[in-house]
Amino acid sequence: MSRAKIPAAIGILAALGLLLFLLPLAGLIVRAPWNQALGELTDPTTTTALGLSLFCSLTATAIALILGIPLAMILARTRGTLRNVLRALTTLPMVLPPVVGGVALLLAFGRRGLVGSLLYQAFGIQIPFTTAAAVMAETFVAMPFLVIAVEAGLRSLDHRYEEAARSLGAGYWRVFVRVTLPLLRPAIFSGAVLCWARALGEFGATITFAGNFPGRTQTVPIAVYIALETRPEAAITLSLILLVVSVALLAGMRERWLGAL
Amino acid sequence: MTLDAVVRVRRNGFTLDVALTAAAGETVAVLGPNGAGKTTLLRALAGLDEMEGRVVLDGEVLEDTSQGVHVPAERRRAGLVFQDHVLFPHLSVVENVAFGLRAQKRPHPAAVAQRWLVEAGLGDRAGALPRALSGGQAQRVALIRALATEPRLLLLDEPLSALDVSVRAEVRRELTRQLDSFRGVRLLVTHDPVEAMALADRLVVLEGGLVVQSGTPDDVTARPRSRFVADLAGVNLLRGRAHGDQVLLAGDASVAAVSAGEGDVFAVIHPRAVALYRSRPDGTPRNVWHGEVDSVDLHGDRVRVRVKGPVPLVAEVTRGATLELGLTAGATVWMAVKATEVSVYPA
Repeated sequence: MSRAKIPAAIGILAALGLLLFLLPLAGLIVRAPWNQALGELTDPTTTTALGLSLFCSLTATAIALILGIPLAMILARTRGTLRNVLRALTTLPMVLPPVVGGVALLLAFGRRGLVGSLLYQAFGIQIPFTTAAAVMAETFVAMPFLVIAVEAGLRSLDHRYEEAARSLGAGYWRVFVRVTLPLLRPAIFSGAVLCWARALGEFGATITFAGNFPGRTQTVPIAVYIALETRPEAAITLSLILLVVSVALLAGMRERWLGAL
Repeated sequence: MTLDAVVRVRRNGFTLDVALTAAAGETVAVLGPNGAGKTTLLRALAGLDEMEGRVVLDGEVLEDTSQGVHVPAERRRAGLVFQDHVLFPHLSVVENVAFGLRAQKRPHPAAVAQRWLVEAGLGDRAGALPRALSGGQAQRVALIRALATEPRLLLLDEPLSALDVSVRAEVRRELTRQLDSFRGVRLLVTHDPVEAMALADRLVVLEGGLVVQSGTPDDVTARPRSRFVADLAGVNLLRGRAHGDQVLLAGDASVAAVSAGEGDVFAVIHPRAVALYRSRPDGTPRNVWHGEVDSVDLHGDRVRVRVKGPVPLVAEVTRGATLELGLTAGATVWMAVKATEVSVYPA
């Protein structure tokens, strides 16, 4: 142990900071209606919201994987001003208030939106306030986490693996599938987990763009917010579920990080 | 089967400009100091980097920038072996070897790969992941991986340099064995003269992006044409203009030699032929120069004394002599070399 002393003031501030994290969690656990928890869990409103949340967040993660990996490749393997602008735009949703994202999505894909009006006129398709809208909102907010992780993975990848594969006669797609993707697996995995966690907790953009329709767009975070007024026990139970999922994710990721060391 | 290449690469103020031919059955080593452009040359030949010029392998044009021809790396059948194996870390040893066979749609890739490994005495490592191999084993697997696809051109990028000295001999043996039975064109780049001398039939010396000398290892070291080659051969190399029995160096100095000829020449003096004195010697040697000891390096019981002055030379003397003469850095000395010990050839 180093013998350098830490001043008391820093210790006190750190303790305050820790309390700010821990007290709300303690409140959640202490006030949890443990005897009613099972009942709440099997309540149709809860199960519907849970099922919808799972479906939307997993779909959003899948879309993020399909679109985000190619995007990360473009960002990692090109240079120039255009790339820098693209990169900034890609990461914008990470810092943008989610509700602004929701408004932006409405303006683009709403019935009178930029693209939405065309879709409506040509095919009669309306996106806002559907499950698809919830998925889009979650993808919009969560995909940057995947893109950033995969881009970082690509940057630290030794290009000579791909060059060795090419010199052995492997064409682009074989190199991509058999060499690049497997070597990127840790980055893709952690990016996908972060992306999924963000999608699962999405509230602002979803409620703005998709609204609050039980069974269609009412995901768990929205259900928690709504239930807080009328059925606080349900809100607490659902919150606990999200908490457990988050802790499990963190533990899983930690294992992975430690394993990589 | 032959390789005929003219490769030009310009990058960040560096220009590589090399014409190279190599026949099947001979190992050509491109030897040069770091930064000479060796790896650039290899990568251009492999089709991995952009280049200008023309590369023809066995009659097939792989690259001709004037005609817009470029055969991509994956269709060149040029096996590449990197300095540090670059085995795919997520694939087992046998799958690493089978990778190229699968890519080229050869029959029974796993069985063929296994046979290659068994022949190299690595059969028991087939199921291991690359990280479980020793450095020497990994590099041998990397060599087998490149050879298993039966390339027409084998490109080796400093294949022994990253290895511990203790395992170099093991890998060099394997390399020699594999190179002997390989029927394509073999090209090795290295900055290590020992590696080049041990493996190559012909040397091409590259410096600053240009070929400064080529020939058999004996030719090259007998008649160095650059500082780099002279250093690796352990001889003194001087450049000047010959006139009669004299070679005029830059500055005012001159070297007496036997029939030096006329024009630009190299003069080579072996360090063993340089005698050192504390005062100006008076004798038969025609070359007597004054200088200051720059450094003294011990090589076993021999000492290499580097002397700076109008004619900078390295002298090789015994340990006893250095003690007796008090040769330390900064000491002033006289050097004497007989004219018959100076070999001169056209630059």
